[in-house]
Amino acid sequence: MDKKLKYYLQIADNALILSHRLSEYCSRAPFLEEDLANTNVALDLIGLAESVLEEVAKQEGKGECGDDLAYRRKESEFLNVVLVEQPNEDFAHIMVRQFFTDAFNYYFFSELCTSKDPFLSALAKKSIKEITYHLRRSSEWMIRLGKGTPEASQKTQSAIDKLWKYTHEFFIENSIETEMISKGIGANLASVHLNWKQKISEIFYMAHFNIPTNDFVIKGGKEGAHSENLGYILCDMQYLPSKYPDAKW
Amino acid sequence: MLNRIVKAKYKTMETSLISQEELLLEFENKINAEQKIEPLDWMPDEYRNHLIRQMSQHAHSEVIGMQPEGNWITRAPSLRSKKILLAKIQDEGGHGLYLYSAAETLGVSRDQYIQWLHEGKAKYASVFNYPALTWADMGAIGWLVDGAAITNQVSLQRTSYGPYSRAMVRICKEESFHQRQGYEIMWKMMEGTKDQQEMAQDALNRWWWPALMMFGPHDSDSPRTSNAMKWKIKRETNDHLRQKFINKTIPQAELIGLKIPDSNVVKLSDENYQTSDINWDEFWKVVNGNGPCNEQRLAHHIKYHNEGAWVRESASISNPK
Ligand SMILES: [Fe+2]
Ligand SMILES: [Fe+2]
Repeated sequence: MDKKLKYYLQIADNALILSHRLSEYCSRAPFLEEDLANTNVALDLIGLAESVLEEVAKQEGKGECGDDLAYRRKESEFLNVVLVEQPNEDFAHIMVRQFFTDAFNYYFFSELCTSKDPFLSALAKKSIKEITYHLRRSSEWMIRLGKGTPEASQKTQSAIDKLWKYTHEFFIENSIETEMISKGIGANLASVHLNWKQKISEIFYMAHFNIPTNDFVIKGGKEGAHSENLGYILCDMQYLPSKYPDAKW
Repeated sequence: MLNRIVKAKYKTMETSLISQEELLLEFENKINAEQKIEPLDWMPDEYRNHLIRQMSQHAHSEVIGMQPEGNWITRAPSLRSKKILLAKIQDEGGHGLYLYSAAETLGVSRDQYIQWLHEGKAKYASVFNYPALTWADMGAIGWLVDGAAITNQVSLQRTSYGPYSRAMVRICKEESFHQRQGYEIMWKMMEGTKDQQEMAQDALNRWWWPALMMFGPHDSDSPRTSNAMKWKIKRETNDHLRQKFINKTIPQAELIGLKIPDSNVVKLSDENYQTSDINWDEFWKVVNGNGPCNEQRLAHHIKYHNEGAWVRESASISNPK
């Protein structure tokens, strides 16, 4: 597959797999308003994934559609970061995972607005409004949890400590990203990283959370090497198309 | 707002000066004149209690109803169908919200309503105690369960309690989409492979009777119907609404090649379809807690409500804005 299309897939798969995790949480949120807000984010992200997957299928020109890419690829062909496939341990994990990803998405898509690739710049301009809302919501939750009860603060800090090691993968350039950046297509990850760290510090300062000091890294997703979680996600997600390959739904 | 407070104070004074009989007469005159009863208006205790029971049951039904369909979100077979299903379930949660807010105007908090649900003192629609076993159930639920719900809710738009009536108007707008989307799933499956056709027929077989049961017992066996009709909380009887639904649904099934699981269906000369009687033993069994998923549905709600307690508590003492 063309490198640019693989770059597209990284973007699509982050949204697709995170939206899947959020959709698992439907009817399980702490209160009804939050259930609806969670589903809103899930819906935005599926929409984002869908438009990118459609574009990949179109540019690949093999007569496939977006659904073929979502429902017929195998684990190692998914290029999302490992963070987004981490399970919904509790509300704190869900919201910390969301905050880390929203902050990344916000600066990543802000950069993409000026991409030389017309599809990516159009996509970024279209998505940035939703992503801004996502980041505002998860930032507010960080503060609400950090400045709320001791229990909430402690649970959230422990989710931060646990998920921190997965965040570095966003910013560790692989060869595809290096090439896309050099061509003016991809987002400059160094500056995304700088902004991201700034945002995290700012919100954690307000919420009284500590930024973990260990720099242990777990990565591999962007190369198709995932955690055990992805296999189970795809088992669910691809169940019907795998079992009834000829059926249209 | 000020006006409402003044009016309420005036009403309280009035209440102490005017006899119960006069208040009841005024209340019933309003009902007879098709005027809405509003939260601050005087109302008989029986009227209030009937609404507390019915509206909270309705709100709980919307929320518990998220579960059977929620069972298939992660296995939705296409991006489009996943979006539609998620948005549909989100709508149901939204309906729950409108209805809890409307029901809170009766002087009971959402927390209290939820506690009654957890204690088994409040019910929700029994239909959600059946399992959603295949993807075709997403079609059957939208088409039949939402279809039956709309039939009921359209008539409740004219209910005499203002906040309930307004909630129904908002909800009905969304429900008709749900019904069409469900029917579209069935229709697509009936045009699909043999496996899909079998799945669709099987889903109809399993959901047909529970959908007809949604309208409740025969009017002759429905103890609360008479007051509810007199006070225009209910506008049409169970049997009448059920017949409307049957008449609308049978031709839809036939159109896409589905067979109604009842060998006694006959179209009468007055255009009504006659069907077999409902298995009322099963109906009461499920209402009384012994359906296939009663325990599971309630346990799910309790589990996630309890797990969310620390989040609600934290959110209640801190506001980031
Ligand atoms: Fe609804
Ligand atoms: Fe509905």
